[in-house]
Amino acid sequence: MSGLITMDDLSNEEILSILDDAQRLLPVAEGKTYLPLLQGKILGNLFFEPSTRTRMSFETAMKRLGGDVVNLGDVKTSSVVKGETLFDTIQMVDGYTDIIAMRHPRQGAAQYAQDAARVPILNGGDGAGHHPTQTMLDLFTIQQAHGRLDGLKVILAGDLRYGRTVHSLSHALTRFGCELILASPSLLKMPAEIVADLNAHGANITETEDLLGSIETADVVYMTRIQKERFADEDEYAKVAGAYKLHASNLDGAKENMIIMHPLPRVDEIHPSVDQTRHARYFEQAFNGVVARMALLCRLLDVEVPADIGGGA
Amino acid sequence: MSQEGNMRRVTAIRNGTVIDHIPAGHAMRVLEMLGINRRSSVPVSMVMNVPSKKMGTKDIIKVEDRELNQDELNRLALVAPDAHVAIIRAYVVAEKLTIELGDEIVNVLRCTFSNCITTNPREPLAHRLKILSRVPLELRCHYCGRPQDLEELVNNVL
Repeated sequence: MSGLITMDDLSNEEILSILDDAQRLLPVAEGKTYLPLLQGKILGNLFFEPSTRTRMSFETAMKRLGGDVVNLGDVKTSSVVKGETLFDTIQMVDGYTDIIAMRHPRQGAAQYAQDAARVPILNGGDGAGHHPTQTMLDLFTIQQAHGRLDGLKVILAGDLRYGRTVHSLSHALTRFGCELILASPSLLKMPAEIVADLNAHGANITETEDLLGSIETADVVYMTRIQKERFADEDEYAKVAGAYKLHASNLDGAKENMIIMHPLPRVDEIHPSVDQTRHARYFEQAFNGVVARMALLCRLLDVEVPADIGGGA
Repeated sequence: MSQEGNMRRVTAIRNGTVIDHIPAGHAMRVLEMLGINRRSSVPVSMVMNVPSKKMGTKDIIKVEDRELNQDELNRLALVAPDAHVAIIRAYVVAEKLTIELGDEIVNVLRCTFSNCITTNPREPLAHRLKILSRVPLELRCHYCGRPQDLEELVNNVL
């Protein structure tokens, strides 16, 4: 494979195989064993937009595997501010590195970069487009909890319009035959073209404004942040955001093994009382960013992950 | 008036291109998409809203002393997908062409999504719209994946 721009670049078999690799790499991600599979390789981190978890977890993943990282640094001080095109930036970094992880405010930027580059591009988010490496860590987290990906009932809640994490994730879950409940305010509904795509893939989708209605039968509740700046006035925001908050008391009737996920950062949508429940998985999910990205870096650089790594996997 | 009568509304041309079966009212748009404008020096005749057996009404364009090529014609897929095109040499139809669409329209139209990477005019890679369906025409940007609004797209001719 060349890069990872959307989840369409991976078959279901490839997804499962990469998740297997990730599982075996856990002791390396936890620092229990050192495995320099990517020694001599350099990752170019091109984040044209702010990122904490994605950028740091790529960097950690590369370093845990013995590789090195070069960063674009602050866009305000790089040649981008002088008007350099993405094409030119990619030509330069392509020569410096073996693989590029990229986030860009413009949609389609990752595909554009892949067409301009010889090295693989890992899309770390392009506008409101895709975020497939997040999807891989989300799938890893779901598989850890449920032992499988197929046939689960998943609620995707909050900002489904602009939230790129739920765009990529909904595609992947549909391919594994999951039932999707799309719970969002009408202003922030999943874009029609994505719903059309999901339906074309035989999705079982329910769109609703009611988050709590199906919580008792769900296997996964995936929360996202509703951004204040999407609303014309603060009262409307407060009203809408209030309906998409989870409190520990909302979880009384939930299935024992139901998990709550969130791509983070959260603001008010998950009350801290939920952190102490058996359902909370968002911090493990954030850690899984490292191990999922380790597996992806190995796969895209054609480096095989050994079957037996040791270190308590 | 008969089909032949339509053709006689303007004189026959010696050399050039005749574009027939343009949906009524779209002739100006066709000229625009072919880059034929006030700066073009070739004579152009146009009839609009004339009777057509097949279409009810239609437009016809005759461009003298210029033979349009297949790439230029394919630009018309958006506004006149069923246009018939004849290349005229010495008053005789020398070639007949129809609009052929491959899997992509390359460097003809710019993506309509305002936040697409290709909206930066300095980015040098080709503009690429993938054809998902021919009837009805459905296009998506190769880069951002957004479905294209055809009404808006005709304003995005490169």
